[in-house]
Amino acid sequence: MDQRHDSAHKHVTGSAGYIDDMAAPEGLIHAYLGLSSIAHGDIKSMDLSAVQAAPGVVGVLTSDDIPGHNDVSPTGKHDDPVFAHSVEFHGQPIFAVVAETRAAARNAAALAKVEYTAKPHFTDVADARAAGYPLVTEALTLKRGDAAKALAAAPRRIRGEMRVGGQDHFYLEGHIALAIPGEDDEVTVFSSTQHPSEVQHMVAHVLGVPSNAVTVNIRRMGGAFGGKETQGNLFAAVAAVAAKKYNRAVKIRPDRDDDMIATGKRHDFLVEYDVGFDDAGVISGVSANFAARCGNSADLSGPVTDRALFHTDNCYYFDNVLLQSQPLKTNTVSNTAFRGFGGPQGMVGGERMIEEIAYALGKDPLEVRKANFYGGEGRNVTPYHQRVDDNIIAKLVAELETSSDYAARRKAVLAFNAGNKVIRKGIALTPVKFGISFTATWYNQAGALVHVYTDGSVHLNHGGTEMGQGLNTKVAQVLADEFQIDLKHVKITATHTGKVPNTSATAASSGSDLNGMAAANAAQQIKVRLVEFACETYGVTPDQVVFEPNMVLVGNQRIPFPDFIQSAYMARMQLSAAGFYKTPDIHWDREAGTGRPFYYFAYGAAVSQVSIDTLTGEYQVDRVDVLHDAGRSLNPALDIGQIEGGFVQGMGWLTTEELWWDGEGRLRTHAPSTYKIPLASDRPRIFNVALADWSENHEMTIRRSKAVGEPPLMLAISVLEALSMAVASAADYRVCPKLDTPATPEQVLLAFERLSAEAGGA
Amino acid sequence: MTQTRKTIRFLLNDHKVELDKVAATDTLLDFLRLEQRLCGSKEGCAEGDCGACTVLVGRLAGGNLVYETVNACIRFVGSLDACHVVTIEHLRRKDGSLHPVQQAMVDMHGSQCGFCTPGIVMSLYSLWMSNPNPTNADIETSLQGNLCRCTGYEAIVRAGLAAASAGGQADDVIIRERETVTATLKGLADGARVEMGTASEKFFVPGSVDDLAELRAANPDSVIVAGATDVGLWVTKMMRPIAPAIFICHLDELHQISETATGHTIGACVTYTEFQDAVAQHFPQMAGYWNRIGGEQVRNMGTVGGNVANGSPIGDTPPVLIALGATLTLRNGDERRTLPVEEFFIDYGKQDRQAGDFVESLHIPHLAEGCEFAAYKVTKRRDEDISAVAAGFRIRVEDGKVTEAVIAYGGMAATPKRAGSVESLLVGKPWTAQTIASAEAGFAEDFSPIGDWRASAEYRALVARKLLMRFFLETTQPHENSVLVREAVA
Repeated sequence: MDQRHDSAHKHVTGSAGYIDDMAAPEGLIHAYLGLSSIAHGDIKSMDLSAVQAAPGVVGVLTSDDIPGHNDVSPTGKHDDPVFAHSVEFHGQPIFAVVAETRAAARNAAALAKVEYTAKPHFTDVADARAAGYPLVTEALTLKRGDAAKALAAAPRRIRGEMRVGGQDHFYLEGHIALAIPGEDDEVTVFSSTQHPSEVQHMVAHVLGVPSNAVTVNIRRMGGAFGGKETQGNLFAAVAAVAAKKYNRAVKIRPDRDDDMIATGKRHDFLVEYDVGFDDAGVISGVSANFAARCGNSADLSGPVTDRALFHTDNCYYFDNVLLQSQPLKTNTVSNTAFRGFGGPQGMVGGERMIEEIAYALGKDPLEVRKANFYGGEGRNVTPYHQRVDDNIIAKLVAELETSSDYAARRKAVLAFNAGNKVIRKGIALTPVKFGISFTATWYNQAGALVHVYTDGSVHLNHGGTEMGQGLNTKVAQVLADEFQIDLKHVKITATHTGKVPNTSATAASSGSDLNGMAAANAAQQIKVRLVEFACETYGVTPDQVVFEPNMVLVGNQRIPFPDFIQSAYMARMQLSAAGFYKTPDIHWDREAGTGRPFYYFAYGAAVSQVSIDTLTGEYQVDRVDVLHDAGRSLNPALDIGQIEGGFVQGMGWLTTEELWWDGEGRLRTHAPSTYKIPLASDRPRIFNVALADWSENHEMTIRRSKAVGEPPLMLAISVLEALSMAVASAADYRVCPKLDTPATPEQVLLAFERLSAEAGGA
Repeated sequence: MTQTRKTIRFLLNDHKVELDKVAATDTLLDFLRLEQRLCGSKEGCAEGDCGACTVLVGRLAGGNLVYETVNACIRFVGSLDACHVVTIEHLRRKDGSLHPVQQAMVDMHGSQCGFCTPGIVMSLYSLWMSNPNPTNADIETSLQGNLCRCTGYEAIVRAGLAAASAGGQADDVIIRERETVTATLKGLADGARVEMGTASEKFFVPGSVDDLAELRAANPDSVIVAGATDVGLWVTKMMRPIAPAIFICHLDELHQISETATGHTIGACVTYTEFQDAVAQHFPQMAGYWNRIGGEQVRNMGTVGGNVANGSPIGDTPPVLIALGATLTLRNGDERRTLPVEEFFIDYGKQDRQAGDFVESLHIPHLAEGCEFAAYKVTKRRDEDISAVAAGFRIRVEDGKVTEAVIAYGGMAATPKRAGSVESLLVGKPWTAQTIASAEAGFAEDFSPIGDWRASAEYRALVARKLLMRFFLETTQPHENSVLVREAVA
């Protein structure tokens, strides 16, 4: 059902409340972070007297003011201080100042006099590795067959490397937290977070109080994309420490620049690959290393780099394979979750191998793709030994090929390029297979709390968070469907650690799968009691109680839902339930690199056509056709929104969004003036998006739907490959352009020049 | 002697506001959110790039009420005297129903997280008011200054089209109340000088250009603020004081565009938007370029005069102004001097400006018969991006030979700069590919660009040469397929 986003009316009228819009509690004060001004070294001295003396300042906070642990590491590695003593990246928080106004705090923070003993710093992966920097967390190896042997025996073999850039989340609402002190050890925190339970636990850890003293709330975020999975911990902790210290409500909201400098991003990777194949392009062996710029701490780099390996195969069967991750420490901000969670980087590396093979053999890359698709006897096992049982990629791609008129358009593009000197075109079809479930198996659980009030109205609460994806709308739809009441009777309420405890992050595309099921479970518990009540009261059997739209049919009697509920209440039935769900059948042995980490796979494919200007490298996306698998969609309108938005975000990642550090280790692209996410005019000139309406999840997911948050981002790999084809026209498609990402106009032009030179001059 | 006032007065949605405590650095967005609790407008970047704070500002232009989108985050409260500020909260109808633009956004699923949405609605609202039949391209232009990270914009563009189909302009609150508002603003525009605040908070709003000259002479250290699209960031990003500030964007005299026998004279406060029609008519070769300066909000606020006065090496207008042979008139008290724009830029951060000088006007000569002219801008992202390289080219070819060449680049040196060596290698030669090839040697003498986050030195040097090639191709093979075609082709 194409239900609108539950907050759409509030969004368009400006009345949807975000944390910064809340009416300020009496006596609210504001915190601001003081950031390091070197990339690596020890703090020799920190003179905060001028900060303290600045107008409006209430006080300063250093690590000495932290009553519990000076640590917000989400993995328990104690490598993520709230305030650092030894500096590991430029812009690392080292103190905070609290003042009567945000402006006063921000102005004062700039007055610190800090002396450092600088050490050499390494921001780049290759440099850090050469300098012998350690790994921030344990590496993963995925292995099946004998890759070395297969590579040695392969008729053809290509080795290469690819740089895959990171990405800033650029959620429109930056990080923010508001802490209100309570009695005894209590504190309530409003935090823009995807993971309220973790914020709760981290605040408790930093305050040195039990988790039951901390309550975390979030109604909605202004975007998150993974950037608020762990990165909100810092701000919540600082606000809470200050709130307890001064016994006043404290808000902290960094300026956009500081948000971008001091919080983590998508991991950059250096992918080194070695692929063996035959003249038909069929891959016999793959060996690849994924070195990641993890930044100063582990954060989520372990599971992120794991997921890169889980998606290197994408839709392709690798007969012999060895994949290794190398989560390297660097003197940059600790990188974190970002839509796809390493999967996109792994997939783009895998697709580069396909591209290499295609250019080496003079084939359309799509031919090479099809030759390697999973399917057929003995060709359905992933590098992590999970069988691909729900494979629909061949059907999906065939359908898209036809609907997008791929073959004819590719011919037309080749003909266009043959007749044009300045403008060149490219077209590419790339597939996506994305594993759904947290690879941290225990995260695959969710809770919901549902109350039915005596007037028949329903209160919905669940552990997921709303960041714009429409999760609340979908879960409310599920609940309305269970009770057969109109959606307007379901009240969506803020995520609250006091209502549903020990929740997982709303991440890994899992929000609707997990919370939808938990809410359905809660509703079913209440319905069981209601049926029991009806049987007792009206003397019917359970099959004679049917929930009809806004009515309950009991025997021959149709009772309006509110009246029925009122009677149940009078009969002292419990009209509230806590629902629970855990994903069945999944397991993962990380040591052995085997298991079934994913409950199912979501699929999709896209055809992108681009034009490049070979005088400047500038380009545009002329047309995109998408066919995506959302299973039996809970809400096609919202799912298409996720696909369109994910695609354009993925396109930004691979094209214009460039993170640039200077020689001092300073990130210089830290605001929209310097960091360029797509605009309306960058979206494809023609954008056809369709759902594979015949698909349904073969697992028992909520209404047989499939997760849709992350997979579409990787459809944008087709844009990168289309750019690559346009560049390849410089050398008659005989040389793989090997574009690194982001493929900025600069990268495109330089690659075009390089290939022109290789081809003997354009 | 001009009369002096100690308050700022303007209309905010449906009521008059008179403020007696305003600091030079107070922004409209903070005023709305913190003081008025009108929290619909959001802060996304505080630098005029994301558009989440977009509001409309109505102002009298030659007595005519004009509404434009602006970024409230970098618009100073002190510059709002006699204006009408319209925020998202003003759109919903009295009966509580949604405005057609809002309804279209809901119907088309145009919002996801909702944080950019109020700004998007305001930009689409402005378009809906001024253009009842927008094309896709018009909608994209109206959204050049609005970032959305969730939707991929497709649904928003659909909403723009749907709002146009819905119509309903006659019922719109600000269209309906146009006459009343015009009369109110006329009443507020009393021609007085506004002088408020002390020390770091001090600012002036001069009553006239003569009053400005007087204030500037008396306060040579003052910061003149026209569109605030750069000075706004000094405050919001660098936390620099700007007192005493002199806000000048309300001065009608400085918004004048007059066409003379020799060219156009434009006042220092002529915005990019105000000059757009003249560009389309007289310099169609740079219409596309003009449309890529900032986003719509920035073009509504930013001024050509300010872009020059600012002296940035990456300003968008200096390369084209230099190529066109534009001159600049500086005023100091009652004295005026006029100099070529290119001579104004002395070094990085240094312009030919004496204490008390201010830019009063620019003169842009007509493009002479037989001249070819082009303007190019190369950026990472097509719209609302600062140039890696920008260029203006003007040549005259007579009897197949180049008789005059003026080529100016931005982003290639510490100031906007002419390519003197390249020019001299062109003049006197036939306008041929061979001449272009040999003229390329001049670039190394003219420029040693730096590398930064916008582009490497290598790319800048390469693109500078390629743009000369583009100019040659466009002047000699205008029918070749040599530019990206933006409109969708099935």
